[in-house]
Amino acid sequence: MYNFLTGPMAWFSFLIFFMGILIRSFLYIKGLDSNIDRVTYRVNTSFGVKEAVRSIFSWLLPFSTRGWRTQPLMTTLFFVFHVSLLTSTIFLNAHNMILQERWGFSIITIPNVVSDYLTIAVLVTACLLIIRRIKLPHVKILTKPSDYFILLVSIAPFLTGFLAFHQFGNYTFWMLTHIISGELLLIVIPFTKLSHSFLFFFSRAQLGMDYGIKRGGMKHQKGMTW
Amino acid sequence: MNENIFCTPNPVNDKDALDALLRDKRGQQYYDEMKRLKVDTAALKKLVNDTCRSRIRTWLEICAHCGMCADACAFYLSNDKDPEQVPSYKIQSTLGKIVKQKGDVDNAFMRYAMDVAWGKCTCCNRCSLYCPFGIDMGVLMSYLRGLLFSQGFVPWEMKIGSGMHRIFRAQMDVTVEDWVDTCEWMIEEYEDEWPRLKIPVDKKNADIMYTVNAREAKHYPDDIAEAAVLFSIAGENWTVPSEGWEETSLAMFAGDWEGAKLQVKSVYDAMDRLKPKQMVVTECGHAYRATVIEGPYWAGLKSGKTPVETLHYVEWVAKALRSGKLKIDPAKKIKEPVTYHDSCNYIRNGGLSQYGREIMSYIAEDFREMTPNGEHNFCCGGGGGLNGIGKYRKERNTGQKVKRDQILATGAKLVITPCHNCWDAIRDLEEVYKIGIRWSFLKPLLLDMVIVPEHMKPQKEENEEE
Repeated sequence: MYNFLTGPMAWFSFLIFFMGILIRSFLYIKGLDSNIDRVTYRVNTSFGVKEAVRSIFSWLLPFSTRGWRTQPLMTTLFFVFHVSLLTSTIFLNAHNMILQERWGFSIITIPNVVSDYLTIAVLVTACLLIIRRIKLPHVKILTKPSDYFILLVSIAPFLTGFLAFHQFGNYTFWMLTHIISGELLLIVIPFTKLSHSFLFFFSRAQLGMDYGIKRGGMKHQKGMTW
Repeated sequence: MNENIFCTPNPVNDKDALDALLRDKRGQQYYDEMKRLKVDTAALKKLVNDTCRSRIRTWLEICAHCGMCADACAFYLSNDKDPEQVPSYKIQSTLGKIVKQKGDVDNAFMRYAMDVAWGKCTCCNRCSLYCPFGIDMGVLMSYLRGLLFSQGFVPWEMKIGSGMHRIFRAQMDVTVEDWVDTCEWMIEEYEDEWPRLKIPVDKKNADIMYTVNAREAKHYPDDIAEAAVLFSIAGENWTVPSEGWEETSLAMFAGDWEGAKLQVKSVYDAMDRLKPKQMVVTECGHAYRATVIEGPYWAGLKSGKTPVETLHYVEWVAKALRSGKLKIDPAKKIKEPVTYHDSCNYIRNGGLSQYGREIMSYIAEDFREMTPNGEHNFCCGGGGGLNGIGKYRKERNTGQKVKRDQILATGAKLVITPCHNCWDAIRDLEEVYKIGIRWSFLKPLLLDMVIVPEHMKPQKEENEEE
């Protein structure tokens, strides 16, 4: 079982994940249409690229846009959740040990205790995001069952990984569920709202180009005030 | 069952049909017929397939339902944070459903979508600045309007407006003769005070071709005369075209892309015919958005730009003040507290926020910004055609509360509104909420304080001797 999950199944999950990202990114760009979108992507492109970069980076930095600043609680939740989720996964000791074992290389790692806190941060902020969905009328009205589903799929590897690492109950059980949930996450990312993980960059870049090329970018003195 | 006469998917293309529609007071029969209007689901499906591409599909798909757009919306805030006014909800429950169900929707749904598309959104695009993914719900709503128009689910006034553009190339029934007559009439009206005033019509190779909003020709002709006086004082070599003089586009508000194209082409044709160096657009927001920002795309211009460079009136004024073409008498500057309303269509969506501030630095001693302002300013409440739709008057009035409070917070009693739609909306806001404010375009204010060169002044002595 373990061999299958970390062998063919892992290959399969990563294949779907990367192919999915590549194909969807390609289709996004292919589907852009200067006439229908009313943005000359190929004329005055430099103005568009400049604003696309500003559009992406402004929103990647906490509190650097008016939107982030006017909703500080959500912004904090949002960044703690996403930053913890990414750093605890990519820089985890155990994950890098596997990389070293299989591929002969690894990247920098963070101490296990830091990973632990980051994992707890992911779980806590996820709970707060769920409470936010239930409690706030303007979020509740938008919420669909699939929103809970993708949140649960996203945090399952963290919960199971945490339980496995600390050997709560049956280690093998938690480790297997950790791998299965991790692979499930990789597989669903390209086909669900989780595709925002990479489509975010395209969508932000597109709006940046829209404002940069067409809606005032060439007349602005300082560029768009995001 | 009776065949519909007024409410059909066909646009209004001839004068008889337009007159008949106008006679249907407040669209009573029109809206009654709408209840029986059949949705052509196959056509809707085809239109969505042909025009809904990756940008819009991705926006609809990746929306994380986080609700961060809520507070961006003037209508959400004005309606006591009614969840049904959350921009994402408004678009997911309308366009989202049409796309998801591949056009398989019914009459009641389409009427609901119409109420949302025109009664709950002014396409001000403010929410696009508050969505972490950059989802522009104004653009989505505008796309939805196009789908609704193609099926005939469009407010009565918008149907009329689109018809006006198709027939008269103007949002009102102003013919080329009416327009030229109005210019001549204004010269006569103003000749006592401004004896050498001219409104040159169809002058070729002028520096500036000036274009207006049909309301000026129909209801506010003084606006044209004021522009003429200011151009003369500034010593500009300018002209107006006899055809292609109208900048506005109710067709854009209606979602009538074909009508919008016909309208802007008339202006671009005038540019080709008269070959001016620049075009200047009057103090109107959506006119600039339609003809300068969106229009080149409707007309298929690959550059994405108008055939000749175009300035909004605020750009022209700012440049004229900067270069000294217009000089302000310091004694006549505005002394009282004054605030400036940013029009969404050329500020957020046109990048012209700096010019308003520059102008204020020349003409006002106590200029007070609204909070927030510039690209983040709130809609006046009447944009996107909402001002003109009787069916949604209540929604418009409620939606203005945010603007009312923004104005009140400045303490200013004078609001400068260089946009026809905003000017109307702020006038109505005062009528509804009675907060004791006045509102004005730039032109009359400038006329009061500009230094008039000697050669333009009436020669009083000669007159007196007579």
